[in-house]
Formats: sequence, structure tokens, C-alpha cells
Amino acid sequence: MRLKKLSLVAVAIAAAVSLSLTGCATGSNGGNDNIVSVNGSEPQNPLITTNTNEVGGGLIVDNIYAGLVYYDADGAPVNEMAESITSTDNTNWTIKIKSGWKFTNGEEVTADSFVNAWKYGALFSNAQLNSYFFDAIEGFSYEKDTELTGLKVVSPTEFTVKLTSAQSDFPLRLGYTSFMPQPQAFFDDPKAFGENPIGNGPYKLAAEGAWKHNVDINLVKNPDYQGGRVAKNGGLKIVFYATLDAAYADLLADNLDVLAGIPDAALKTYKSDLGDRAVDQAAAIFQSITIPGRLAHFSGEEGKLRRAAISEAINRQEIIDVIFNGTRKPARDFTSPVIAGWSDSLEGANVLDYNAEDAKALWAKADAISKWSGKFEIGYNADGGHQGWIDAVANSIKNTLGIDAAGKAYPTFAEFRTDITDKTITAGFRTGWQADYPALANFLAPLYQTGAGANDGQYSSKEFDALIAKGNAATSLEDANKAYQDAQVVLLKDLPAIPMWYGVANGGYSTKVSDVKVGWNSVPVLHNIVKN
Amino acid sequence: MIGYIFKRILQALPVFFGTTLLIYFMVFAMPGDPIVAMFGDRGVNQAVYEQLRAQYHLDQPFIVQYFIYIGGIFQGDFGTSFSGQPVSEVLAATFPVTIRLALMAVFFEMLVGVGVGLVAGLRKGKLFDNSSLVMSLLLISTPVFVIAFVFQFVFAIQLGWAKPTVSGDAGFTELLLPAIVLSTLAVAYIVRLTRSSVIETSGQDFVRTAYGKGLTRSRVVRVHILRNSLIPVVTYLSIDFGVLLVGATVTEGIFNVPGVGRTLYQAIIRGEGPTVVSFVTVMVLIYVAVNLLTDLLYAVLDPRIRYGK
Amino acid sequence: MANNTSGGAMDRPANRNEHYVANLADTAMAEIDAVRISEKPTNLYLDAWRDLRKRPMFYIAGVLIIIAAVAALFPGLFTQTAPNDMCLLANSNGAPTDGHPLGFTRQGCDIYSRIVHGTSTSLSVGLIVTVMTMFIGVVFGALAGFYGKWVDALLSRAGDIFFAIPYILAAVVIMSVFSDYRNVWVISMAIGIFAWPSTARVLRGEILRVKQSDYVMASTALGVSRFKILMRHVLPNSIAPVIAVTTISLAAAIVAEATLSFLGVGLPTSTMSWGNDISQAQVDLRTAPQVLIWPSLALSITALAFIMMGEAIRDALDPKARAQR
Repeated sequence: MRLKKLSLVAVAIAAAVSLSLTGCATGSNGGNDNIVSVNGSEPQNPLITTNTNEVGGGLIVDNIYAGLVYYDADGAPVNEMAESITSTDNTNWTIKIKSGWKFTNGEEVTADSFVNAWKYGALFSNAQLNSYFFDAIEGFSYEKDTELTGLKVVSPTEFTVKLTSAQSDFPLRLGYTSFMPQPQAFFDDPKAFGENPIGNGPYKLAAEGAWKHNVDINLVKNPDYQGGRVAKNGGLKIVFYATLDAAYADLLADNLDVLAGIPDAALKTYKSDLGDRAVDQAAAIFQSITIPGRLAHFSGEEGKLRRAAISEAINRQEIIDVIFNGTRKPARDFTSPVIAGWSDSLEGANVLDYNAEDAKALWAKADAISKWSGKFEIGYNADGGHQGWIDAVANSIKNTLGIDAAGKAYPTFAEFRTDITDKTITAGFRTGWQADYPALANFLAPLYQTGAGANDGQYSSKEFDALIAKGNAATSLEDANKAYQDAQVVLLKDLPAIPMWYGVANGGYSTKVSDVKVGWNSVPVLHNIVKN
Repeated sequence: MIGYIFKRILQALPVFFGTTLLIYFMVFAMPGDPIVAMFGDRGVNQAVYEQLRAQYHLDQPFIVQYFIYIGGIFQGDFGTSFSGQPVSEVLAATFPVTIRLALMAVFFEMLVGVGVGLVAGLRKGKLFDNSSLVMSLLLISTPVFVIAFVFQFVFAIQLGWAKPTVSGDAGFTELLLPAIVLSTLAVAYIVRLTRSSVIETSGQDFVRTAYGKGLTRSRVVRVHILRNSLIPVVTYLSIDFGVLLVGATVTEGIFNVPGVGRTLYQAIIRGEGPTVVSFVTVMVLIYVAVNLLTDLLYAVLDPRIRYGK
Repeated sequence: MANNTSGGAMDRPANRNEHYVANLADTAMAEIDAVRISEKPTNLYLDAWRDLRKRPMFYIAGVLIIIAAVAALFPGLFTQTAPNDMCLLANSNGAPTDGHPLGFTRQGCDIYSRIVHGTSTSLSVGLIVTVMTMFIGVVFGALAGFYGKWVDALLSRAGDIFFAIPYILAAVVIMSVFSDYRNVWVISMAIGIFAWPSTARVLRGEILRVKQSDYVMASTALGVSRFKILMRHVLPNSIAPVIAVTTISLAAAIVAEATLSFLGVGLPTSTMSWGNDISQAQVDLRTAPQVLIWPSLALSITALAFIMMGEAIRDALDPKARAQR
């Protein structure tokens, strides 16, 4: 009896063990040594161009599609499939495309490929996350299914776009993920297509099912690609990491070729760890703290004074030096130094300087209007590694103004964003912006225009709105940027968001690769990387 | 015996419903809207928002959502993750990896924990005993993320004995380091448990009788002391196996193991109800099975224990 | 079992009316009882207490626990530095200076002061979680193991349900729902509410074994009530593994708080706790390990004190271990 029982247990355990060990058998690693491995993260949505709005999916989509233009490492737009993009009034645009381009399934890329993809992305009932990119095109609706009447195909290599208002930076936007073309296969079954997308870019999926969820995705060079981003390597293996720390450990062990981003824990050591393989470049990332005007003590004149006082109470340079080990640049405006038209000497930019005396004086002035009470809090999502700098900022405010200040952690990004969009947040909160396309307007209009999508502080200023409209209608980039700079002077007075610093693209690469450069958007320029 | 096993399997049903309901409720009660988070910092597009909520049934009351999900499960449909992958595929990809990892960790726990605990118990109050206490203290009072970072840095990066992270294949050698890290906390428990059990058993009459019969020390230790001390240890190992199945979030994150802990954590953070519940459902079934095995093992360790009467 | 001659039944007022009960002094029992009164009563727990007072380990552990308790209740006795005021980044990860014996944290706060002020939080989390898991675990485990059958089925499966909930999910939900009241009680709930099934299962397993012992059989044969057997014989003889697990759990609970902070669902950073400090110091593990080591050391010493205390109590409770001494 006892023996019987024992053997029963033994059999059960053996069964369980063998069941789980069978997965071991697959051990080979492909063996193609011209493949560059890069860190990434699991895409949060299917790989559909008009539905990809986060970095994980963006990195893949940008490398397997070719749009009308692409952005070079400095953020300048370069024609890719476009022959020309022209307009006389910034409202009616004529787009001519090169012929002879093919999707990797052999299908020709025509004007229809673009127009149909855009129409799909804009259609209300398709519920695409990037649909707002098309809202300037005539016929767009947020309420019901409508025809994008502004898009007209003239010939297989030409189409026209009619916008609802003048938008001088329209051609600049066209390199963004949403504006890519799609083959017929996409429209036949978008769901299945999102697992195995077919593009026309410098890379293509290595095979059906190349996307191993939560693990990696394998891309190989697209031999038919004819644009300016021809791959100098055999392909990419984008490895999904849960944390930057894990990716960094792999880089140190030469297990990963290219790492974009350095974990907080390694900011102090990465330059000595990597030597000349460390990368440290400016990038189009802007960070700020938003204090909505509806909070008590932050409305009207009192609010302006208090925001200015808080801004001057933050010792940005010291926080950058200690917390970020110097890998940020104190903000001088609301955009980014890598964008054409950036200026570090806007009128009123001195409100961004640390000035304890003036901060106290401004705070006292505000107290004269209405006496301060309570605690000043800065909300942040705790799952994003923001705690260090938020605490430092709170301490800086506390030490300078002598008020009670602290960080307020939200466990998840979802909860944090929900509280902001529902306007139920009762504190200041961190805000950040990574440019979709390299233009001053992209840092301003979506964030501070009355009623704009990402206007988290519900800021509204007629003066600002007018200046943005003026910039959009300007016929030269110079005139446009002048208007955008003037608009920022208004922002510096009102401080709808308190600028903190500009992000920096830091990272590193292994001993096995060279020619690694990080682009304006902090994403490495992958097609240029050469495997040694 | 067979009847007992059958009864236990039947009992898994209410556990299944209880757990899924509780879990679904918890995901539902979690503040924050997963659809809002999908828009990132960009602000919500109301029209798209409404449609996505309907697509994931988030606009339904809690109990309706639950029954839609349960109904799906009985048709073999575990739902779809936000990235468009069927949850059943996610389960099939992650569970084997994590089970492998957990089994390896439990093996280390058994090897080191029982070994050290046995010697410490037999030499109570001696140097070995005291140093084992200090060692287990050190392990207990160091959070797993610190142990993981230190091990990764020292063994994988500086000494190069192992790869710092685990690839998609998650082979045996790659899992060695994370398995050792995972086993550290439980090793401390097993050492203390084995030690206290061995001390307890050593004082029993049958041990004295065994010595009195003139049996050698090693035979007494093996047959009488160890065997009779193993019940709490076996219990704890089975518990730890369960914990490791879902609770290895931090370690799997640091070593980038494509397993349950990491994936489940992401799903929790993103509020992907169906994914979370599916994971826990499978986990419950495994756990019920492990518990049953443990109980059967009791009967092997101590023949006086009988079930089903 | 229904035999009314057992001692307990005689105390019932109802019986007094029905039977004549001789005054104790008038019976032969008086003599026996008189002898007993002059002796110290033989009670397992009293014996243990007497034994405990002879053990040096008990005193060492006791002194350490008292120090920790005093620091928790009156941090002002140990430090005058306010832990959260004037945290200057200029002092970030700084070396000890006059008045700041252990140096500074990443944010430039005084480490010593934060540890002293964090004692209260960490000790409370450890104790609340331990008491909670031990209480629920012992009740569920003892009843399930001892009574078996449907009681076991019901209680053990209830334990399974709680056990199957990933504690990260529990922590995220509980800490989010109570986001405005993130205090010691809430985080202890989050850690403890799903931890008790371990204790219950360990005890249940041990009771399954112990209840087969000869002395239990003997008591049953003597007609001692089932509940009494459980409380007097089975439980004391099965409790050793529970004590071993529980004393470690105290340290584990304090560390769990650190892990939750690491995952971003811990106590707010303005609350001083060892776990919070450990999790924040993790970032500078390679460049400034001392910032992490001090709170860890405080945690280790406290854990050691409780493990030693548990050890002493276990030995004292175990008549066989006592005899061996």
C-alpha cells in the first residue's frame, strides 16, 4: 500500500516536471551574426500605423514602413516616398510620390495606399488611437463616420489634401507613424495584419510570427527598399525588456548591442562602465509640472504669483546634477533645443532661474491676496521611476518657501492619467512631452491651446491661441517660429506648466557594433549601425 | 483513496469560482481607467475612448463583465490582450517558463534548506547552528531586488559566469541565476523550519528507542529524524511553489524572464482584466493540484495519516 | 464523553440544585488539594514562563525589542534631528558629519534620524502583519487539520482562494482604493490579508501528524472533549513550525514593505520607514551602498531579536527540549 502511494506521488511529480521541461528543447539562436540587437518594449497595441502611439510599437513600425518623409538624426525632414509636397496657401497641399516602390509582399505603393490608410485611420468607427492626427483634414469628424473629403487621388503617383485651416507645419508631420501607407492586405483583415504587418520600409518582419510576444521581434533588411534609410546591417532583433536595468545588465555583458536609455541606478556609472561607447545627446523631450488653475490658491493673479514663486524655488541645476547626474538640461522655454526655432532668451525666461529671495517675495505677495494653507503636492505615477526627482523638487520648494511640500504617488499610470483627465486631481502633477514631429508647434498647440487634447491643466488664453493661429498661417518657417516664440512669452507669464528640463537621449552600445547615433527623438538611428 | 482524490478535485470548482470572482472584482475595483492610459500623455479622444470601452466590455456592470468572461472560458476563449494576442497563447508561452523556474528554485530550497537545517538542528547551539541563523537573517532582511541586482552584477557582469538576462528560450542554464535568487528567501524559512522540526523530533521517544536498539546515528537521522521532520518542510515547499508561480514579479523583471510574474504584473498595471484573471485561473488549478499532491505526500511520510475515512 | 463526572461539569450552577455536593473542606479531596495549593500549579504555560526567565537568549532578545519599542514610541529620546526637514541635495549620499552620525540619504536627509523615526512604522507593519497572519492562520489551520472532513474542505479551500490572489495585485488595489489613507494599517492589511494561508497550511500539516500520536489517542479514549484535546495536547505540540515561520515572517513583512515601495505601491515617501529607505537607496547601490546598509542593519537586528525571542519561547514550551537541557 505504501509503495503504491509513493509511486503514485512520484509519477505525478515526474509528469509535472517533464511537462514543464519539454520547453527546453529549443536552444539554438539563429546564428545570423549580422543582426543588431536593440532594446525595446512589448508593443501595447497591434502593429497598426494609425493605432501605434507608444514607443514600444513605434520603434518597430518606424523601421518597417516608409512614409512620405522621414526625419534625419537632427530632426530635419527628408523626402522618402515623396517626390514633392507643395502648397501656396498652407491649406491646399499637392503631394507627388515616387513610383516603383513596392510593399514587401510585392504590391505596388500608390497614392491610394496612402489615401486609404489615412481614411481608415480617421474613420470614427475604426476607433484608432491616432485618429486625431487627421483632424485638420477636411471632412474629419469626432462624432460620426464621415468621408475624408479633403483627400483626392489625382493619379497613382499624386494626391491632394485639403485642410480646414492653414497649417504651415503640415509637411513636417508627415513623417509620423500615422501617415504611413498600407497595402490591400491590411484592409482585408486589420486584426491579423497587426500581428504580421507588411510595410515598405528599410526592414521587414523576418517571417510570419516573427513577433514573439513579451520576448522579441526579428526584422531583416528589406532588399527592395529604395529610400534614404538603406540598412547597413542584416537585420534587427528588438528585445523586449521589462526594465531598463535588465537591458543595461545585458549591454554590460555584451549581450545586447544597442541600448537607448540608461536606468537611474547606472546614471552615475555608465560613462565609466562604457567609456566611449556611452551616448549622451540632446533630445526632443520636455518635462514640466502642471498646476491646474482650478486648485485653491492657484487661480487668477494669486495663481500666477504662486506658480512663479514655485518655479523660482526649484533649483533645477542642482537636482539635475545630483539626481540625474547631469544628464538633463535646465529648461529655458516650453520646447526643446533640438527643434529649429528654439530660443534660450525669451522675454521672461528668468522665471525659470533659481532665485530663493525672489521666490519668497512672490509667495508673500500671493499671501497678501489670500493666505496659503495646506500642503503642496506633486502627483506622479510610481511605475515610471519619477520618485527621485519629484521628491527632490518637493524638498527644494519646501526648503525655499518654508511650506509643506511632498510627492503624491499613484500606483499606476492608468490611475494617474484618469485622475488628470477626469479633473479630479487635487494637486500639481508631472507632465511630459515627447515630440511626434520636430516642430515648435508640436510642443505648444496640443498642450496649451484652449480645449486641446493634452491640455491637462485646462489652460485657456486668447492671446496664446491667436499667436498659434498666426504661426500656423505663416508662409515662411521663420515667420511661423517668431509667432510661436511670442506665444511662449505669454506662457512664461502664466506658467500653465512649469518647465523643468529637457530630456537627453542617453544610452550605449556593445563592442560588437559601431556607427551608433541617437536621433532627435531619442530613438537610435538603427539602419546606420554597422556590425563589426 | 481514489474517492478522496475525486472529492478534492470536485472541491476545485468552488475555489475556481471564488477566486475568479474575487480577482475580477479586484481588477474592477482598481482605480484608474486602462483605456485612458492607452492614450498616454496625449489626452483622450472621447469618440475612440467610448468605442474601446465597449470593445473590452468595460462599459458593462461588473457582474456582467464577469459572466461574459466566464462564459468565454467555458468555450475555450480566454479573451484577448490589449496587444491583440489571444490570452491562451500568452498563458501557453509563460507558464512553462515560470514552472521550470519555480521547480528549479524549489529544488535549491530543498537541497540547501533541508541540508543546512538538518545539520543545524542536530547541532543545536553550536557554531554551525548559529552561523546558519546569521546567514538566514542576512537573506531574510535583504529585499529580493537587492539580492537580484547584486547577484546579477557580480556573477553575470563581473565574473561572467552566467548571462545577466534570460532569452526567449529560457533554457535551464539561463534560469540558474534567477532560480537561486528566488530560492534565497525560502531557503531561510526552510532552514529554520527543518531545524525546529529536527530538534522537536530528536526529543521524541521513538528516536531514543531507535538509538536504544543500537541503530547507527546516520540511520536514525535518515530514517527516523529526517523523515518525521519533513511534514512542515514539505508543506512550506508546496506553498512556496505556489508563491513562485505568481509572485516572482521582481526577480522576473530584473532578469527579464518571459514568465508569469512579469507578464502578470504588466497586465495588472495596465488593468487588463481578462489577462489577469486567466493567469490566476490557471494558477488556482495548479495550486489545487499541488495541494492535493502535498496531502498525499503527508501520507507517505507518515503512514498513520489517512484520508477519506 | 457525555459522562458527567468530569471536573468541568460540576461547576455548572444547574447541577447544584440537582445533586448534593459536599463542601470541599469536608471531603477527602481537601487534603490533596491542600498539597497542591502550596506547590506551584503545573500549567504548561506557567512552566514555560518560569523556564523562559532562566534563559539568557530571552534577556538579550528582550532588551533589543524594548530598545526598538522605545525608539518607536519616543523617537525624540534618540535623536533631535527632524528626519524630513532640510534635506539638502548638497548632502546627497554624504559621509557622516557632526550631528549626523550615519551620513545622508540620496535626497540629503539624515540617515540616523530617518532610521529612528522609521522604527515605529516598520515595527508596526511587522507586528500587525505577524499577529494578523498568525491569528487567522492558527484558527483556520488548527480547525482544518484537527476536525478534517468538511471543516477541512471548507477552511482549506477558503485558504486556497486567498492564496491564489497575487499579492502585488492585492497591494495595488488596496493601496489605490485607500490612496488618501496610506498608513501602517492599510499596508499591513495589504501584506497580511493574503499571507495567512501559508501559516494555516503549515499548522494543518503538522496537526495531521500530531493528532495520530499516542497521547492524543489516550486522551480520546479517556473521554476528554475534542476541543480540549486540540487546545491542550495537539496545538502545543504542533506549534513549533508555526513559531519558526512566524518569527521569520515578521522580518519578511518589513522587507515586503520595501518591495512594495520598490514597485511603487508602498507608503508615501514622506512616511519614514526602513522599507522605504531601502527601496530608495537601491538606485545608488553601486555608488553609495552604505545608504542601503544602515536601514537593512536596523531591520536585521530587529529580526534577530524576534527570532531569538521565538526560539526561546519555543524551547520553553517544548517539555522535551527542556528535559534535554
